[in-house]
Amino acid sequence: MSQDNAIETEGLTKRFGDLVAVDNVDLTARTGSVLGVLGPNGAGKTTIVRMLATLSQPTAGTASVGGHDIVHDAARVRSLIGLTGQFAGVDELLTGEENLLFIGRLLGVPRRAARERARELLAQFDLSDAGDKAAKAYSGGMRRRLDLAASLVGRPKILFLDEPTTGLDPRARGELWDLVRTLVADGTTVLLTTQYLEEADQLADDIVVIDRGKVIATGTPNQLKSKIGGQTLRIQPEDPAQLETVSGLVAARFPELDPLVEAGAITIGVNDDGVMPSLAADLRERGITLTDFHLGLSSLDEVFLTLTGHRAETDDETDPTETEPEVSQ
Amino acid sequence: MTAATIDIDIETTGRPNPVDTVRQTLSMAWRQMVRIKHNPFELVDLSLSPIMFLLLFVYVFGGQMAGSTSDYLQYVLGGLIAQNAIFLTMYTGTGINADLRKGVYDRFRSLPIARSAPLAGKIFADMFKQVWSIVIMLGLGLLMGFELRSVAGAVLAAVVLVFFALAISWVSVLMGVVADSEEKVQIYAFVIIMPLTFTSSAFVDINTMPGFMQAWAKVNPVTHLADVMRGLLSNGPIASPLMWTAVWAAAILVVTAPVAMAAYKRKMV
Ligand SMILES: Nc1ncnc2c1ncn2[C@@H]1O[C@H](COP(=O)(O)OP(=O)(O)OP(=O)(O)O)[C@@H](O)[C@H]1O
Ligand SMILES: [Mg+2]
Repeated sequence: MSQDNAIETEGLTKRFGDLVAVDNVDLTARTGSVLGVLGPNGAGKTTIVRMLATLSQPTAGTASVGGHDIVHDAARVRSLIGLTGQFAGVDELLTGEENLLFIGRLLGVPRRAARERARELLAQFDLSDAGDKAAKAYSGGMRRRLDLAASLVGRPKILFLDEPTTGLDPRARGELWDLVRTLVADGTTVLLTTQYLEEADQLADDIVVIDRGKVIATGTPNQLKSKIGGQTLRIQPEDPAQLETVSGLVAARFPELDPLVEAGAITIGVNDDGVMPSLAADLRERGITLTDFHLGLSSLDEVFLTLTGHRAETDDETDPTETEPEVSQ
Repeated sequence: MTAATIDIDIETTGRPNPVDTVRQTLSMAWRQMVRIKHNPFELVDLSLSPIMFLLLFVYVFGGQMAGSTSDYLQYVLGGLIAQNAIFLTMYTGTGINADLRKGVYDRFRSLPIARSAPLAGKIFADMFKQVWSIVIMLGLGLLMGFELRSVAGAVLAAVVLVFFALAISWVSVLMGVVADSEEKVQIYAFVIIMPLTFTSSAFVDINTMPGFMQAWAKVNPVTHLADVMRGLLSNGPIASPLMWTAVWAAAILVVTAPVAMAAYKRKMV
């Protein structure tokens, strides 16, 4: 057992009858890093999280969290972790502050300290004004933040977030991402599951891609992107009228490629970054001023498509036994 | 405020000890009380059916049952209090069932607390509702002309009732854990509780029943509970029904509590 790894699994497997929900999964999360577990509906993400958070026991394989075995040392594991499950874990009738106070009291924190901790978390999660309102009156984003705050009352060293932003609008999602980044900056190890490729890309240091219970790829976001070899060149002329000239030049340089003209810019997939200087020279020769000219890695969406042969979020019909991903109520 | 101001260290906590378990159970119960505070209508809701039962039984059946409504009130109040207490335990199961289907119990189970605390806390908090109901029913009974044996008797009746309810609540917990919806818990409870309470001495003198029914009514735990209530609140023997009530409570507890806990743990697959 390495101290460097906050989470380690070996051959982790969970069967429900004939269904192998989690199939021989090996994964590691380095202490202080964010591990993204990426997969479509029914991939087995929640099942993995539930096993690691000691809510359910593996059928086979082993796992350790914070150096403790999740089966034999479950009580110790629980003292180290925080869990924000896929479904709301806050009491709707209680106010935000009462929800946090309750968890603090449950953990044996003296009343005054528990109240201070609750207020501190409310402030940190921008919920101070709503602290005395019942959680059922919260918006989806506020409820998610409260749920996350509730999992942090005991200052867990390892945090499990099961689809923390599913159902949130882009702004609420961005706010939650920032909160996660703050936690990581403070040294918390995070295991985060998501169906959003962008989310894994934004937050994770390492990614495990799972599909139908099996790990189908692992690596850093950049490694995964380069696995499909694709890089994307984006060119945006200052004057949109020059788009056609630019696309003509690009077509002359790369006759085999099919440039995509969209939103005032041209995007092409390239495999060799040696093309940039010659193209730049061509454009300068014509006196075209550019507002954007850069080479980037392809999005994880494309990675996923390449790895699994199907799109991540349009996978629904392939798995009739899937559980509903919606946040309850 | 900086993050370091409040020092919380729960890391060294291994397995919770009995003192912690009691404290955690009380915290769980606190949550339930705060829920009532935010939703006081629940108490009104709880009071409606006992009030209706008491009025209907006394003023509709009373004359025929005992010759006069006041005599029947004197007889039936203890029985109605017993019946109501048993019905009330159903809400323990429906509440646990609702929590289990949301993410609330997942959070509890990921915390370093005793596994029994969420269930025990709920049962414990629901005893407040038991005391509330007995006060409502006794209050209404007194208004209707019930002659209370003594205040001490009333207090003792409440104590006995709470202990009995604590024990049989585990039946409700078991249903709450295994049923896949709150409605099913209600149906199970109704199907068991309705015949159980009517085939007892709660509402009628069992000597008027046919032989086979009498044989059952004599051992029915509701008979013993109703008799103790009657003995303590109005008049009648106390020692023997109290002993049988205690025996039944202990037997039900010993059998159902471990089964309910096992079912609860199995639920965590
Ligand atoms: N308790 C259970 N009993 C039977 N099958 C289950 C159980 N829990 C999950 N499954 C099945 O296991 C598979 C994996 O489910 P899981 O919930 O882990 O997927 P997921 O990746 O979290 O999906 P989602 O994105 O929809 O949340 C699914 O086919 C699901 O139907
Ligand atoms: Mg899930």
